Amino acid sequence: MTVATPNRPPAAAASERRTTTYREAVREAIRAAMRADERVFLMGEDVGRYGGCYAVSMGLLEEFGEERIRDTPLSESAFVGAGIGAAMVGMRPIVEIMTVNFSLLALDQILNTAATVLHMSGGLFNVPLVIRIATGGGRQLAAQHSHSLEGWYAHIPGIKVLAPGSVEDAGGMLAPALADPDPVLIFENALLYNHDGPAPDPEHPVDIASAVVRRPGSDVSLFTYGGSLHKTLEAAETLEQEGISAEVVDLRVLRPLDSETLLSSVARTHRLVVVDEGWKSGGIAAEVLARVVEHGLYDLDAAPERVCSAEVPLPYAKHMEEAALPSAEKIVAAARKVVGARG
Amino acid sequence: MSGLDTLTREHAHELLGDMLRIRRMEEKCAELYQATKIRGFLHLYIGEEAVAVGAMRALRPEDAVVATYREHGHALVRGVPAEKIMAEMYGKQEGCSRGRGGSMHLYDADTRFYGGNAIVGGGIPLAVGMALADKMQGRNRVTACFFGDGAVAEGEFHESMNLAALWHLPVLFCCENNLYGMGTAIERAQSETRLALKAASYRVPAWDVDGMDVLATEETTRRAAEAVRAGGGPHFVEFRTYRFRAHSMFDPELYRSKEEVATWKERDPIELFRERLRDAGLLTDEEDQALEAAAAEEVERAEAFAEAGTWEPVEELERFVYSDPVPAREVAS
Repeated sequence: MTVATPNRPPAAAASERRTTTYREAVREAIRAAMRADERVFLMGEDVGRYGGCYAVSMGLLEEFGEERIRDTPLSESAFVGAGIGAAMVGMRPIVEIMTVNFSLLALDQILNTAATVLHMSGGLFNVPLVIRIATGGGRQLAAQHSHSLEGWYAHIPGIKVLAPGSVEDAGGMLAPALADPDPVLIFENALLYNHDGPAPDPEHPVDIASAVVRRPGSDVSLFTYGGSLHKTLEAAETLEQEGISAEVVDLRVLRPLDSETLLSSVARTHRLVVVDEGWKSGGIAAEVLARVVEHGLYDLDAAPERVCSAEVPLPYAKHMEEAALPSAEKIVAAARKVVGARG
Repeated sequence: MSGLDTLTREHAHELLGDMLRIRRMEEKCAELYQATKIRGFLHLYIGEEAVAVGAMRALRPEDAVVATYREHGHALVRGVPAEKIMAEMYGKQEGCSRGRGGSMHLYDADTRFYGGNAIVGGGIPLAVGMALADKMQGRNRVTACFFGDGAVAEGEFHESMNLAALWHLPVLFCCENNLYGMGTAIERAQSETRLALKAASYRVPAWDVDGMDVLATEETTRRAAEAVRAGGGPHFVEFRTYRFRAHSMFDPELYRSKEEVATWKERDPIELFRERLRDAGLLTDEEDQALEAAAAEEVERAEAFAEAGTWEPVEELERFVYSDPVPAREVAS
């Protein structure tokens, strides 16, 4: 699917740009960063000889060697903490955590150290660290490998939380994340690794600060990010056939949230559905809705809806897992509901 | 006990003086806590001074120090000015962490003092990463990481020990075994109380040393640091010591007997060393008084500096969550 980015001037029409996969885009971004800056290195479980759990780093060991493509023991806390320490004294580590559920073993380091050192030291020491984490469900991996906790990480001041949903962002967000002086977490939805799309355009680097309108529309705003982006775009296609013009906004950055882009979309469409693979209670969708209510309540013509994951640990059985996750059908139904509720 | 044979008078006085500086500063801190000038948690190091004073002498200016929440003494003898430490405890913006950290989070760039880490064991992976960076960049520096016996029960200790040994990193692990993790005695928390054995099981060369003997702590740490610096990979020193004061100012000390504390106080590192120096003719009454006077004067200056310090404007509350648009200072490579 071609993904438009109408609020950013495209360098070349997407159709003229090279197509690649999400996985390849991440790998190329790592490769480019490592070629450009010898302080950059990749560290994590099975990133080297195995080639990465999702084959993202395949071939990088051969090019850069064991010092810079560093296989670690299964010690999430130690290697994330080591990434923080290395970042504080001049390196630019990319730490890979195999899946978001495992990141909880390193949560102490992420929250108590990475996110706090700058503040606790009164601005003396910053932590220019990038952590890449695979996230999301839909692969029948059950309740310890499938969750979407990126919205939960977005609760934490001191870190930035990115959720690339497009191939362009998957590759394009790494360089600005590495250039950022503070810790940046990049959540890669594992279902997206095989997705095709226009490759990042080096002439037009993406930012890590703004939400983007992926598809303009006038009747309802659909806010989403990461693994739900394509489901939401698919829902928008279906809605168009029904005569409902849906605007799809990709949050891209979960912390800090780009409220301005979100509010201006609601001001255009007056109706809102938030699609979020995380759980509903206390999630990022709740935060987005709260901001819309705080700052744009009178732009709304109908009560907004949320399409989130069911509030269960994700089950193994395919039909049960599908029932738990957001889908294009659920998004369409929610959009019909808010559009039907004419103010 | 280590011998006095090669000890110069000047060196002896520096060791005693540094222990006195810590002791007198912390006695003042306790007083200021009672006077509500210092708030929050305050963890005193009194009784353990010989560890930091001996260990720091093995380090060079280019080395890094990662410490715990009981770190006032480490910061002071590493070279963080007493004024900035005291102002930090007051919460003043002239403090070494601008009042954002307090007693548990002292930081200083000039002396490469990386906290002040108050999650038990949390600083250990950090130190491993700093050493990794040094190794990758070919810098011959040592990262000294202080932690207590309590941290040895944390997973982060074991993960880090393995990683440092596996990657042969220049870390000096300094385990300050004061026999209690807050109020839980080590034999109630550790199946193996000889902590050096745990490090050794990761193939990290490990020693234990009498932490009340400042000459022994210095000599052992120096040997370990030199081995690290010579490319020997991580080393581990267990300092057997004892904290004379409560865990923090909130601790009623119900878990240990007065007799036990009194027995350990007979091995007060300051008094032990003082007596030895007197016996060896290396310390006169006048010299002793001069060291005391210097320590008292430093404390007085620190207190006055903290008193005169100012409160950061509350408008700055949200600073230092992310780096200022002007790039935050990076530590010189």
